[in-house]
Amino acid sequence: MIDTTAAILLSMIAAATPLVFAATGELVTEKSGVLNLGVEGMMLLGAVSGFATTVATGSPVLGVVAGALAGIGMSLLFAFLTLTMLANQVASGLALTLFGVGLSALIGQDFVGTPMDALPKLAIPVISDLPLIGPVLFGHDPLVYLSVALVGAVYWFLNHSRGGLVLRAVGENHHAAHAIGYHVIGIRYLAVMFGGAMSGIGGAYLSLAYTPMWIENMTAGRGWIALALVVFATWKPGWVLIGAYLFGGVTIAQLHIQGLGVDIPSQFLSMLPYLATILVLVMISRDSLRIRLNAPACIGKVFHPDS
Amino acid sequence: MLLKLEPRGERSKVMIYATPFIAIALTLFFGAGLFALMGHAPQTALYTFFIKPVSDVYGMSELLVKATPLILCAVGLAIGFRANVWNIGAEGQLIAGAIAGGGMALLFHDSQGLWLLPLMIVTGIAGGMAWAAIPAFLKTRFNANEILTSLMLTYVATLLLSYLVNGPYRDPDGFNFPESRIFHDAATLPILFEGSRVSISAIIALFVVLAAWMLLSRSLIGFQIRVIGMTPSAGSFAGFSAKGIIWFTLLVSGGLAGLAGISEVAGPIGQLLPVISPGYGFTAIIVAFLGRLHPVGILFAGLLMALSYIGGEAVQIDMGMPLAVTGVFQGMLLFFLLSADVLIRYRIRRVAARPVTVKARAE
Repeated sequence: MIDTTAAILLSMIAAATPLVFAATGELVTEKSGVLNLGVEGMMLLGAVSGFATTVATGSPVLGVVAGALAGIGMSLLFAFLTLTMLANQVASGLALTLFGVGLSALIGQDFVGTPMDALPKLAIPVISDLPLIGPVLFGHDPLVYLSVALVGAVYWFLNHSRGGLVLRAVGENHHAAHAIGYHVIGIRYLAVMFGGAMSGIGGAYLSLAYTPMWIENMTAGRGWIALALVVFATWKPGWVLIGAYLFGGVTIAQLHIQGLGVDIPSQFLSMLPYLATILVLVMISRDSLRIRLNAPACIGKVFHPDS
Repeated sequence: MLLKLEPRGERSKVMIYATPFIAIALTLFFGAGLFALMGHAPQTALYTFFIKPVSDVYGMSELLVKATPLILCAVGLAIGFRANVWNIGAEGQLIAGAIAGGGMALLFHDSQGLWLLPLMIVTGIAGGMAWAAIPAFLKTRFNANEILTSLMLTYVATLLLSYLVNGPYRDPDGFNFPESRIFHDAATLPILFEGSRVSISAIIALFVVLAAWMLLSRSLIGFQIRVIGMTPSAGSFAGFSAKGIIWFTLLVSGGLAGLAGISEVAGPIGQLLPVISPGYGFTAIIVAFLGRLHPVGILFAGLLMALSYIGGEAVQIDMGMPLAVTGVFQGMLLFFLLSADVLIRYRIRRVAARPVTVKARAE
């Protein structure tokens, strides 16, 4: 019993981790006033780059770094379009996702079916062997701990640092921030790049740790779920973590129900994460005042100093 | 010397029409680079991708086959995009239309009535509308973002179709393959040209283009859509119902995507399969923008994007390149278009670098 519980909790956390990375990154991007709908595309490119690099070099560390760099590269495309060329953010984000789906399939064609070992788990003598607590708290790969630390760091940065205050000011009122002398475009570039790096790592986690392989379109909508999580969390990092673990729970529950041989067609169970996303969005969004109070006021708006 | 973007007083009429061509030129240029990077001679590859597939009559007819669903979906999406209603779930609505309309073909598989095809088309449109009504309801009633809900519903529709062709819709004589019966003649759209796969849905698409053009330029609701899209506050001062526009645009785009779906399964495909679209609903987003959100522009953009599918298949067969090349080309084209569009509202000015002040050095 304890072993089963531990196994379920472990797999729940693993399923949630890519969402934690991607959603936390997107949260920072959105706090600066930029809506990047290209998360799915950035995750896919992170996944394929991380996988290819790890296969080529044998180093998962380099794989994760490559995933982050690929995400940054993609996010720079988006930043150039929306911040320098002043293009519509919704359209550009969609373009980034469409492009990422195609490009990742192109890069990954030679890696379909290549086997790979999953990221090694940390093993601390004695502590990792404790019943339940051992595996659940100390039985993960390093990226899981990094994702939790990331949420803490972003919380601290946004609420208790000067840089975070500037970032939020840019997202709330870009003209005022510009007038005070902050470099709105530069700050937004950094925020978009951070979002790209985190999406890339989230994608790399999928292809290196969660299901160690590359399949076309393997993110299966997780980038979009991450976007919904940011709304669910009303732009608060701690809630991103809670939301991601809830979604991890739904994903794993669905797999376990299939495993138990319950007489429900598997397709209906596979719909659960998507239906849960819709449900959660509805529950949060119905309180439009709460959304308006928490959403960055300049989100999605084009900034040009003269207009 | 620096380059600076300076707002134009008015949107440039010239640039609205020029930027698609700038984007196409840039895509061809970088596409040639991509082919070279993949180790193919760029000229041969570009020829195989863009010209060879349409250099015979059959190739041209296939262009129409692929352009029809793209145009149907894109016209609907464009009407929504104009009013800032971002339905990106056309793919799901297309599948819902195929499920609903195709279901009629299976339900009445032993009937040869002339009423069957019209019934299938109407049910197909209704299926797409119903699927789009969900995001419309969630947006107007609960303020839920239609981008995310319509996209999530696409995944749900894909899974639903997979369940149906593996279960209730499966051909009883099909050796357990996940496929429906093959639709018989009374449930298949008439072919327009002998020896091709072009069905009357191509004519329907043309009619839809004209109707949408009339709707946007001549009708009251078309006017409301344009006003709300340009300045939402002006729309609300004028007393236009924002909720009404959301419902209208989503139902229209869902219905047209559903029409595309039933036209595919009652046309070129001829049965229900687990996968019935190579992403037409998503590519239609690019078609809508490339066509300047204008029905007539979409007609041409649809033909061009149809070429990207056929060209992708051609370089796969002739040169052994992966099919994903199509997606990369489509994505690149949209990138270049969106960035070139800056020229519509801004002009590029050269600004002299700031004069350098040289401080006199204290001796």
